[in-house]
Amino acid sequence: MSEVNAALKSTSIKIDSDRIAFNIIAYIVLGSFALLCVLPFYIIIVASFTNEQTIMREGYSFFIRNFSTEGYKIILKNPATISRAYLNTICITIIGTAISVFFVSMCGYVLQKRDFPWRRGFMLIFYFTMLFNGGLTPYYILCTRYLGFKNQFYSLILPQAFSVWNMIIAKNFMRTIPEEIPESAKIDGAGEFLIFIRLILPLAIPLLATLGLFTALAYWNDWYNCMLFIDKTNMFTLQYFLQEMLNSIENLRIVAEKSGLIVPVLPSESMKMAMTIVVTGPIILVYPFLQRYFIKGLTIGAVKG
Amino acid sequence: MVSNNRLMNSISSFFRQVIRYRTFLLMIMIPFIYIIVFSYIPMGGLVLAFKDYKYRLGIFGSPWIGLKNFSYFFISGAAGRVVRNTLLYNLAFIVIGMIIEVFFAIILSEIRGKYFKKLTQSMMLLPFFISWVVASSILYSILSYEYGLLNNVLSEPVNVYANPALWPFILVFLRIWKSSGYGCVIYLANITSIDSQVYEAADIDGANIWQKIVYITLQHLRPTMVIMFLLAMGNMFRGDFGMFYQTIKNNGILLPYTDIIDTFVFRALLSSSDVGMSAASGLLQSVLCFLTVVTANFIVTKIDPEYALF
Repeated sequence: MSEVNAALKSTSIKIDSDRIAFNIIAYIVLGSFALLCVLPFYIIIVASFTNEQTIMREGYSFFIRNFSTEGYKIILKNPATISRAYLNTICITIIGTAISVFFVSMCGYVLQKRDFPWRRGFMLIFYFTMLFNGGLTPYYILCTRYLGFKNQFYSLILPQAFSVWNMIIAKNFMRTIPEEIPESAKIDGAGEFLIFIRLILPLAIPLLATLGLFTALAYWNDWYNCMLFIDKTNMFTLQYFLQEMLNSIENLRIVAEKSGLIVPVLPSESMKMAMTIVVTGPIILVYPFLQRYFIKGLTIGAVKG
Repeated sequence: MVSNNRLMNSISSFFRQVIRYRTFLLMIMIPFIYIIVFSYIPMGGLVLAFKDYKYRLGIFGSPWIGLKNFSYFFISGAAGRVVRNTLLYNLAFIVIGMIIEVFFAIILSEIRGKYFKKLTQSMMLLPFFISWVVASSILYSILSYEYGLLNNVLSEPVNVYANPALWPFILVFLRIWKSSGYGCVIYLANITSIDSQVYEAADIDGANIWQKIVYITLQHLRPTMVIMFLLAMGNMFRGDFGMFYQTIKNNGILLPYTDIIDTFVFRALLSSSDVGMSAASGLLQSVLCFLTVVTANFIVTKIDPEYALF
């Protein structure tokens, strides 16, 4: 009997030591990778508050030396350019997300209705666009030459206003809503559109939140459509504005001159980093509040029926 | 006469159905028009690959030139280069990315400290939220030859932006940095769905944690991994334009190692205005994508129809 006990004890010690070894490795590896993920953000924050001459002399570093807000001062001195870009991005994100979420969820709802006889045919037409597409060239020519996309606000909204992928997620979600709910309303004489608005949408709030989050992020981070279709500075989105600033020292000089501040050397490095922070700021600020919905949302479309 | 009647009947019953389902049809009308305009009409524009595009004449007025656009694309060596790069980068992203994602998903699922787990997961997800413009700005602050952090730490400065052979490593690392926090969520959700009794049974049998990971967790994850791998393989020929364009910009020195189909199509269209070659390379990509997606989906359907795309 005591032998058995001893054997059990030794295995449990063995298990414990394995567990401890695993935990040590897990905490160290996970902790350092997580640090690695946020460290670069820390570096650019430090750089944005570092005096330009110090960066020139010693390069970027982990610690703030010779604290300076020169970069921010120049950017914010003449806020017209950057606040305009902010305003553009906010408007586009709000309008685009509202349009996209509404049409995506409505389309997903209709295409899973069992009493809609042509749903398979339509679904096939939608699906096929995920398998084959014309690519950038014909798309670009169509938009610029035939649809008048050059320097229009709608050219920043339309290209992302509908996504077949999101529609499929919506369709899978709508399937989980019991069929009896729209049925009973139909008996009461409500039209299909009214049923969708009044009954289905309130039930689909988790879906709308997820789609909204993903879509808003895509609009907020969009620079591609701005690069393709926009060349007026006052119509730039934030990301594209940043891209232009990073790519040419000339653009930085224009911003610096407009600010009216006289600086001996153009603080291009700290300006670039300050601009990066100003552009990323809102995302970092809302991130802690939204990320749990985000994680939840990642698995929402996984329900397949 | 009879067949004519039947035709009339089926037409009228078709219209009766249209009227009967008019609300549904109206509800999907706008998305339907949208994909016709933005997806199907551009497909027709693929004829540009066989034409000598003249702005004046438009897509349909421009003269046919057969396969000339393709022959130049292939003879110049660009085709081989960009297809190879796209393929190899995607392969590296898929394989290395998956190993890292599964690795962190397992660690996250085994860790007991609730707050540590939440905190690290939040930290890992953060890079996913930023645009490639910002990511490229961050990369520059680290790798820049004159001021970069890396050269501050190294005793011998390296000019990374003039050394193409380093970029495959940098880009794979960057990709993992930006998307593994996001990628591991699906595996984590999958591990959470394992019945805890299986682990308890293993505990009673005296299995240690490594054995449990290898024989239970990994076994359970295997189907998802296979499916994810196949689905990703379906997009083998579609590169991440944002990543390559923003990090490389138009740095000619780096292009031999970093030019992918998507950046090539873009440059041919907008920098060198070679519409024909741009369309030809785009058509090649679309066809390759179509073939790989259909093949991958065929295999997925064989393994588990639940996950099939169509």
